[in-house]
Amino acid sequence: MRKLFSNIIMIGLLTFSSFANAETSQEKGFRIAAQSDRMDKGFGTSIARLTMTLTNSAGDSTKRELEIKTKEKPNENVGDKSVTFFFTPPDVEGTALLSHSKILDSDDQWLYLPELARVKRISSSNKSGPFVGSEFAFEDLTAAELGKYSYEWLEDTTLEDLKVDKIKQIPLYQRSGYTYLIAYIDKDINQLRKIEFFNRGGAHFKTLTQSEFKNYGGTIYRPMVQQMDNHLTGKSTTLRVEVYEFGIELNENEFKSSALSQL
Amino acid sequence: MKMNLNPLRLVSFKIIVLFVMISSSAFASDFSFTPSVTTEFRYFPESPAYDGQLEYFQPSVYFSGEARWISKDRKKRLRFEPFLRVDVQDDERSHFDVRELNYSQRFSNFDLLIGNAQIFWGVAESRNVVDVINQFDEVENSDETDKLGQPLIRFGKFTDIGRFEVYYLPYFRERTFPGGDGRQRGPLPVDLDNAKYDEGREEWAGDFALRYQHQIGQFDIGIHVFTGTARAPFLKSNEEGTSLLPIYQKLTQGGVDIQRTWDAWLLKLEVVIADQSGDNFISNVLGLEYTFFDFSDSGIDIGILFEGLYDNRDENKTASTLFENDIFAGARFTWNDFQESELLLGTIIDWETGSMFSSIEYERRIGENMKFEVEAQYFLAQDSEPLAQFERDSNLTLRLTRYY
Repeated sequence: MRKLFSNIIMIGLLTFSSFANAETSQEKGFRIAAQSDRMDKGFGTSIARLTMTLTNSAGDSTKRELEIKTKEKPNENVGDKSVTFFFTPPDVEGTALLSHSKILDSDDQWLYLPELARVKRISSSNKSGPFVGSEFAFEDLTAAELGKYSYEWLEDTTLEDLKVDKIKQIPLYQRSGYTYLIAYIDKDINQLRKIEFFNRGGAHFKTLTQSEFKNYGGTIYRPMVQQMDNHLTGKSTTLRVEVYEFGIELNENEFKSSALSQL
Repeated sequence: MKMNLNPLRLVSFKIIVLFVMISSSAFASDFSFTPSVTTEFRYFPESPAYDGQLEYFQPSVYFSGEARWISKDRKKRLRFEPFLRVDVQDDERSHFDVRELNYSQRFSNFDLLIGNAQIFWGVAESRNVVDVINQFDEVENSDETDKLGQPLIRFGKFTDIGRFEVYYLPYFRERTFPGGDGRQRGPLPVDLDNAKYDEGREEWAGDFALRYQHQIGQFDIGIHVFTGTARAPFLKSNEEGTSLLPIYQKLTQGGVDIQRTWDAWLLKLEVVIADQSGDNFISNVLGLEYTFFDFSDSGIDIGILFEGLYDNRDENKTASTLFENDIFAGARFTWNDFQESELLLGTIIDWETGSMFSSIEYERRIGENMKFEVEAQYFLAQDSEPLAQFERDSNLTLRLTRYY
């Protein structure tokens, strides 16, 4: 009797583990994306100084210098908070954008306009809209939240000698400009190397390439260069990191709209 | 060129010198200074209505710039923004102002701001009835957008239920007005050297204000009270009937501003209840804004604005306002391009008299360091209306700014 009982348990365990082995492509896609996302967990706060170079199809380019302060929310179901501050071009110097990102709802966003010393809450239902005239959409810059997509693992492949997992991501949040994304996550340090964006018409119209990864202690990596190419317009935008600082004491109050005029 | 140098301006000038000394020594932290020069060309197609007013062309140039210093620990900040305009035609428009010269510091559970500052309260586009801290620099533009630097001390505190601020404003700034040569004035110019104060008010009488701000989900809420000198003067003809004397009155007011941000909609409300010189009145603005993002795949965002304005003050007792029973309609076009091109159209119509003020503003950057602006203003009013004084002052203004 006793033996029978343990046999049943054994069979049950075996059945369970074989289910676990037969991971679906959805589960595998989520697992790899989650692994990549959780590498970043615990970065706490960061301040990045960036140069944004906008290039049009004729090859003319213009530069912007900006700073992004980010405060991580420990809970994966709550989005991070960030303040983007512009140093150049000089006519927009002092302009700041505060963003409280949400997982599935529209983010809360406020703009500080130095000319009028005015803080203005803006509608952020334009997730697909361009970020300050660049090829990055607002949703590209706040998209690092795991819960924003459903996932499907497609295949093992290589990307410039790197072994990568190719994963299809479908936005779950409203008003995305994309039907789906194809993400390439390397098997070495689990970082996003490339994303192909497919528009509402299903065409592959943008590609983000991330390179020059730098380690900031533990499993925290950041790409020093992010390049977004728009294949429809021939325009591109490059974000280059000048300085990255982690673990700086950033008070929760610095991410309130009523503090935005005091930057 | 007449430049009145009052004691406060001299004090400001000394502070500027001191500031430049501090900032050059603190260069190791985070310091930036971006000076700019703007050339402005104003054209009035119609001949003037009153004697002495300039004809057709009003060229001028202004120098401005913004300096900021932030300490290494990001808790101490200095900000400086001077402004100097030299106008060829109107002596009153040639003027200097310290828009900002302030020091702020964040302590562990409060923050402090001291100096000349620009403070904005409000949510509406056509008029901000709750925006009471700064005086308007009306000689700059009649549309109530340019403001004089206000000397103040502000104590601020964040709490779990919102932010509280206490303001003490030790010195009153009198409103600027176009001089005898200037357009956009009434038949009599305002005599700026003989301002009067009512009910024991004076330049150094001091104003107090309290402000509370909070965000709850889709709602951004502001509440304030203010007691001190009204920014808008009551204008009264002098005995000889040759000029208008500005009379500054005592004002106590309380107000609320609320914005609900819902999807692509913004719903806005500003209400003020005021007691000025024995007259009790209500001013309010109720508005909405809707944005069509990426309008028919053009990449252009188009925002549509409607606002209703109401004010029931007794204009025989208190400073008059052009906004009594008006409707504002406007549109904002944002190209989302390299040059950040933007076009703003707006019209305010008094629904009782049909008086109308319209404006069109367009701006775009040229290269990295230049900005080009065009602004057109159009006035239309019946002869009996206050706005009729400006009816021949419709104008076109071009501005080119170079940043260094």
